[in-house]
Amino acid sequence: MVVVSMITFAIFFLVPRLAGQTPELMAARYVGPRARSDQYHEVAERLGFFDPIHVQYWHWLKAIFVGMEFNYGNGVEHCPAPCFGYSYLRSTPVWPDLLERVPVTASLAIGAAVIWVLFGVSTGVISALRRGSIFDRVSMGTALAGVSLPIFFTGLMTLVIFSYGHPFRITAPGSSYTPFTENPAEWAYDLILPWITLAFLFAAAYARLTRAGMLETMHEDFIRTARAKGLAERAVVLKHGLRAALTPIVTIFGLDLGLLLGGAVLTESTFSLPGLGKYAVDAVMRQDFPQVMGVTMFATFFIVVANLVVDILYAVVDPRVRVG
Amino acid sequence: MVTEISVSDSAAAARTSSAFLEVRELRVHFPTDDGLVRAVDPVSFTLERGRTLGIVGESGSGKSVTSLAILGLHNRSNAQISGEIWLDGTELVGADPEVVRSLRGKKMAMIFQDPLSAMHPYYTVGDQIIEAYRVHNQVSKAVARRHAIDMLGRVGIPQPARRVDDYPHQFSGGMRQRAMIAMALSCDPELLIADEPTTALDVTVQAQILDLMRDLQEEFGSALIIITHDLGVVAELADDIVVMYAGKAIEFGAAADVFERPQHPYTWGLLGSMPRLDRSRTERLIPITGTPPSLIRVPPGCAFHPRCAFVDRTGGLCPTVVPDLVAGPGGHRVRCHLTDQQRREAWDNEIRPKLESTA
Ligand SMILES: Nc1ncnc2c1ncn2[C@@H]1O[C@H](COP(=O)(O)OP(=O)(O)OP(=O)(O)O)[C@@H](O)[C@H]1O
Ligand code: SF4
Ligand SMILES: [Mg+2]
Repeated sequence: MVVVSMITFAIFFLVPRLAGQTPELMAARYVGPRARSDQYHEVAERLGFFDPIHVQYWHWLKAIFVGMEFNYGNGVEHCPAPCFGYSYLRSTPVWPDLLERVPVTASLAIGAAVIWVLFGVSTGVISALRRGSIFDRVSMGTALAGVSLPIFFTGLMTLVIFSYGHPFRITAPGSSYTPFTENPAEWAYDLILPWITLAFLFAAAYARLTRAGMLETMHEDFIRTARAKGLAERAVVLKHGLRAALTPIVTIFGLDLGLLLGGAVLTESTFSLPGLGKYAVDAVMRQDFPQVMGVTMFATFFIVVANLVVDILYAVVDPRVRVG
Repeated sequence: MVTEISVSDSAAAARTSSAFLEVRELRVHFPTDDGLVRAVDPVSFTLERGRTLGIVGESGSGKSVTSLAILGLHNRSNAQISGEIWLDGTELVGADPEVVRSLRGKKMAMIFQDPLSAMHPYYTVGDQIIEAYRVHNQVSKAVARRHAIDMLGRVGIPQPARRVDDYPHQFSGGMRQRAMIAMALSCDPELLIADEPTTALDVTVQAQILDLMRDLQEEFGSALIIITHDLGVVAELADDIVVMYAGKAIEFGAAADVFERPQHPYTWGLLGSMPRLDRSRTERLIPITGTPPSLIRVPPGCAFHPRCAFVDRTGGLCPTVVPDLVAGPGGHRVRCHLTDQQRREAWDNEIRPKLESTA
């Protein structure tokens, strides 16, 4: 976690500095175009941009735990802990924004994950068992397209396919998220296209992975042993074959999900879903540094947690990794 | 009515086999990109309950393929199987795969060659034995678990109640082999096939495992097939012996006969390379020269002819005509063009003196 915070900090504080940005120019970004240029130096000083790097880092890190007061010229702003930054452009702390958007991204990511695991893995298993069949060729061809096509293309295609000449059209972009707690049906309805789009991409990759894994494990000696016991073929495939083939997939799944929880940038942008990814894009467009930093830090947090979870999970799924 | 039944019964008896296990002209061919692999081509033998059959032959001679065919474990989409396998009155080659499946594990079971790769790495040893038991017995997990612990104890695993929850990688090689045996025996199979059960083990453990198999066979009264390229193992356990070469059964007879009066030049070679206590393991008395044949381009005539020292005694038959497996005295069968007379003379005058001189 410390490493994550350092890297995030380095990207946003050090890189601009190394690239030749003066503290005044950086302050200008923080204050926004409304401020007069003679205020820049003063603001930069108050925001501590002239302090040594480690002091700046310490202030920034401390804010996450105890909050911080920002004095940028037009009065003092309070940013309570956990302070992931304060947007001067919007005059709001970043943290509540992030919290508000987590459910959108989580709904998108988890819903899509369920779909892609179900479809990807079952397609992969069937393809492997009927290697060379029509089903195998068609699904692997589609999967190849799925992994190669960019998401905004598949996203737009889904929009086209599902919104024209169909009884069920999606609602207007931009306002198309209904919290699950308000109306579960509406929630699912609004998310179905983004789910499909995102799930298609991942399902394609998972189908290919599963197929390759199954082709390998079904030739293992322990599969023959399972058959020799007189087990039904179904149990042989699912309990013995898939169990072994799933191990690497579980690992990748954890990482993918962690990555997506930090924001599905392209899908959210394509479908105007107010999630973390869209938030990040909007912040970048506005050059709202504190927001970008906050959301980056947040997303990185998910990735790191996912890595930890995957490490633990790996020991659960593969007993040979366990110690003792 | 009565006569009708008896007529159909006797008709069936003519087609079926009275032996517990009879393999008739079994052939297993694999079409591959390089050509047709004639892995078993053909093999015949019989085996009764309570008896032990040893199948010997060098690596690649088709021993494992034969046993997998008996259990119906070949993938029918890439293996062409012909011939007949009769197990207790049921023909298995042409049987519904579902019927064969219901016999696997229960009526016939197999101990595989390499227990580390033959056990699932992600399930505990106990779970794998429990699974084998529950396929054929409608019992609760708890009952099956007690049975698994019991089986592990019987094959000589210390502290079975604790080791039952270990994973295969936590077992030593010898213990894995015992666990494999426990798994195979869990449903009291009437036919047990052990594919090189001791190859990967050191000599002391080998002896223990062989003792164990002998005891268990006595206890369960099952028919046992032991596959090995170690003649010492069959000498110790087997009642009958099948010698395989290039996918063919080339000699089949009672163990005593095969050891005392071997008939086939290849068997002579095998005996010559058999390790004895008073001889170092690597030393070969009568080395079998040359290399094992390709199973795709099997030598014409007798497949052993490029390596046989007696080719020139059959008047050119060896490289052109495939010899049949012909029964001699006492049901001892051999696949060789030499006459009984020639074989007896060669064995008495040329081979046995060499084998015995250093013994
Ligand atoms: N599925 C298959 N497709 C093609 N060839 C095969 C297949 N299975 C086995 N073979 C070939 O059949 C031959 C006989 O193999 P088998 O495993 O029966 O030998 P073996 O007598 O058991 O030898 P070993 O002592 O090494 O275990 C080998 O040459 C092998 O390559
Ligand atoms: S048939 Fe000929 S080549 Fe084959 S084993 Fe007999 S003597 Fe040797
Ligand atoms: Mg083998």
